[in-house]
Amino acid sequence: MTSSPTQAEAHDTAEAGSHAHPTWRFYVMVGVILTVITAAEVAVFYIPALGGVLVPLLLVLSTGKFALVVMFYMHLRFDSPIFSGVFVAPLILAVFVIVALIVLFHVFPRGMGTLDGM
Amino acid sequence: MAIAHHPPTATGLDNVKLGFWTFIGSETLFFGSLISTYMVYKGASVAGPYPHDVLNIPLTSVSTFVLLMSSLAMVLALNAVQAGSRSGALVWLMAVVILGLGFLGFQAYEFTHFVHEGLTIKTNVFGSSFFVLTGFHGAHVSVGVLWLLTLWIQTLRGKIGKEDTLKVEIAGLYWHFVDVVWIVIFTLVYLIP
Repeated sequence: MTSSPTQAEAHDTAEAGSHAHPTWRFYVMVGVILTVITAAEVAVFYIPALGGVLVPLLLVLSTGKFALVVMFYMHLRFDSPIFSGVFVAPLILAVFVIVALIVLFHVFPRGMGTLDGM
Repeated sequence: MAIAHHPPTATGLDNVKLGFWTFIGSETLFFGSLISTYMVYKGASVAGPYPHDVLNIPLTSVSTFVLLMSSLAMVLALNAVQAGSRSGALVWLMAVVILGLGFLGFQAYEFTHFVHEGLTIKTNVFGSSFFVLTGFHGAHVSVGVLWLLTLWIQTLRGKIGKEDTLKVEIAGLYWHFVDVVWIVIFTLVYLIP
């Protein structure tokens, strides 16, 4: 790799502002937890008694998996908060758009009609 | 010297990594729009096949597990590069490529099965929104597989070493993002009735 002293310095500084990454054992542990949560999601799907709380339960489990990957595999838990801000701001906007459209079309669907065969 | 303490970038962070996180932010909005579309059209089809007619939860659970394990392999590949282990990097990068190809295989099987069941992108709004959402995700996985295969070849040729950690880390960020998008799709499209 050839890089100018300025580029090398930039990388050094970035690394200095960064962190020591966890060990492979930690990553494997996170992988095991992700697997367990996925198994729990599928199990919950097949248990009729949980039908009433299925949606919130699945959303909580899914959010947990999402957070684990983003925090530990993508290192946002250890990296600069600027990276978190650059990712979380559009994420909040995306979630807002999804929720707003669901509410608009499924909670207040008057006048929307059917979407096939128009 | 005083000048040595000045941050070389305005943020004090690596611009490549910051730029890539910005790209991931824009990708979040892109997939947010596709997921919104799917959710808006959910239950709106007046003609089948409907989701419960064709979706195969056990099969997709396995493919989800495969993609999750590819994320684990990716982070272990980065760990190996950071430790200066060329053999470790080769093993784990190849594991990610194989698992990524496995996921794409599951998706190809699923798409083929759906077409045989009579569901295409033109059949109804479920078909349109489903194929566009999961198709774009599959395209991202394909790009990731090609990218990681390139990194594996560079590592094999000795062109990726401990000093190139950032290259692998950026590829890893992309791969993990593809994984978290699937975590959302798996729940919203497949598991929530």
